[in-house]
Amino acid sequence: MLSPKASGTDTPGPLFPVGAEGRQGVLGDLGCQAPAARRGRGWDVVGGCDAAPEPQPGPLHSVSRNASLERVLPGFRIPRAHKTGTTIAGLVFRDGVILGADTRATNDSVVMDKNCEKIHFIAPKIYCCGAGVAADAEMTTRMAASNMELHSLSTGREPRVTTVTRLLRQTLFRYRGHVGASLLVGGVDFSGPQLYSVHPHGSYSRLPFTALGSGQDAALAVLEDRFQPNMTLEAAQELLVEAITAGILGDLGSGGSVDACVITGTGAKLLRTLSSPTKPTERPSQYYFAPGTTAVQSQTVKPLTLELLEETVQAMEVE
Amino acid sequence: MNARGLGSQLKDSIPVTELSASGPFEQHDLLRKGLLCVKNELLPSHPLELSEKNFQLNQDKMNFSTLRNIQGLFAPLKLQMGDPWAVQQVQRLPFLPSSNLSLDILRGNDETIGFEDTPNDPSQSELMGEPHLMVEYKLGLL
Repeated sequence: MLSPKASGTDTPGPLFPVGAEGRQGVLGDLGCQAPAARRGRGWDVVGGCDAAPEPQPGPLHSVSRNASLERVLPGFRIPRAHKTGTTIAGLVFRDGVILGADTRATNDSVVMDKNCEKIHFIAPKIYCCGAGVAADAEMTTRMAASNMELHSLSTGREPRVTTVTRLLRQTLFRYRGHVGASLLVGGVDFSGPQLYSVHPHGSYSRLPFTALGSGQDAALAVLEDRFQPNMTLEAAQELLVEAITAGILGDLGSGGSVDACVITGTGAKLLRTLSSPTKPTERPSQYYFAPGTTAVQSQTVKPLTLELLEETVQAMEVE
Repeated sequence: MNARGLGSQLKDSIPVTELSASGPFEQHDLLRKGLLCVKNELLPSHPLELSEKNFQLNQDKMNFSTLRNIQGLFAPLKLQMGDPWAVQQVQRLPFLPSSNLSLDILRGNDETIGFEDTPNDPSQSELMGEPHLMVEYKLGLL
């Protein structure tokens, strides 16, 4: 998940941020976020203006505004789209495909969401795991899901996994990697179970098992070691949980619990919080501090001097 | 960015702003376009700006050229100068809002949804062209 760092001041500070603590001052309060490929979403971060009837500035005009703000204001940095740490993995077993993901969303080194959903719905028997910039993955998959629904209504057929993959990689290639979404598309259609991995620049590969995200090395190590073709559901599920757990324990950007999605010819089943390798930490005491706990060292009050330049009085006609 | 590549990045159409006698910001819509900056008008502000602006055009060119190679000269001609041309002859007056339904159907936009569908809905645009000028321009009287 992406969110600007909360500016911790409750009282309204000076208009322009002074010093390091005002880093997120103006824009943080307004909730503005970096423009690089945002929204549609991740969107947030897909900001491309498209062939509209008349050329509109679109979201790209904020790029030059942000650049000049960085130049003008000292010590100010625009909030950048951060990649989230993730471990996502998938494998093809005898009857279908099983996808798995961890549930932690980070913003730099802070955990933003301990239980977020990384397995997105695209079609009744096609699901997609998203790694990379959270908003990008979310909005890209939502757009793909809507387009697949329209397409299958128009053709009158069940959607195919290759169609989803093609749609996703054409969209990602169009934005030349600025949409930072790495996706694992898995599903079952008339040609059987398939698993594809799509990378942010638009490349893809079809694989029997794969993992993506910052924890992919740990997960791939487990998968490479113990994967067999044509496994049963129980064996596949156990292997997948072990792979994601390896990612959660070995990678700092992944954590939380393991989510999985089992897709077979009859349908898909989303298994939320399949396993929790780590227990949630118990808080030993309350963290409420009475007012006055922190001693105030010094206090400076700077009045903002305004001088009256012009005063016009317009009489209002009252009947 | 290196100066050598700048020439290739120049925008293809640069709007000419007329300098008004009343002030430097008179003709410039500050709220919508931001502060005056010549660089913004000459160079793209994002690496994707030019490719996005011409995306539909380039896609069409590519598709029609492929179609010509596969099916011959008449196929793209028919698709460009047949129905779309006919539909564009019976449009509304230029300043009136139009849903462009026939053109959308012919292009296949009625079966896809994209980023361009949600924001910037032309039917909710707050700007309107000057009716008399637009009709005169269309009729060639201007």
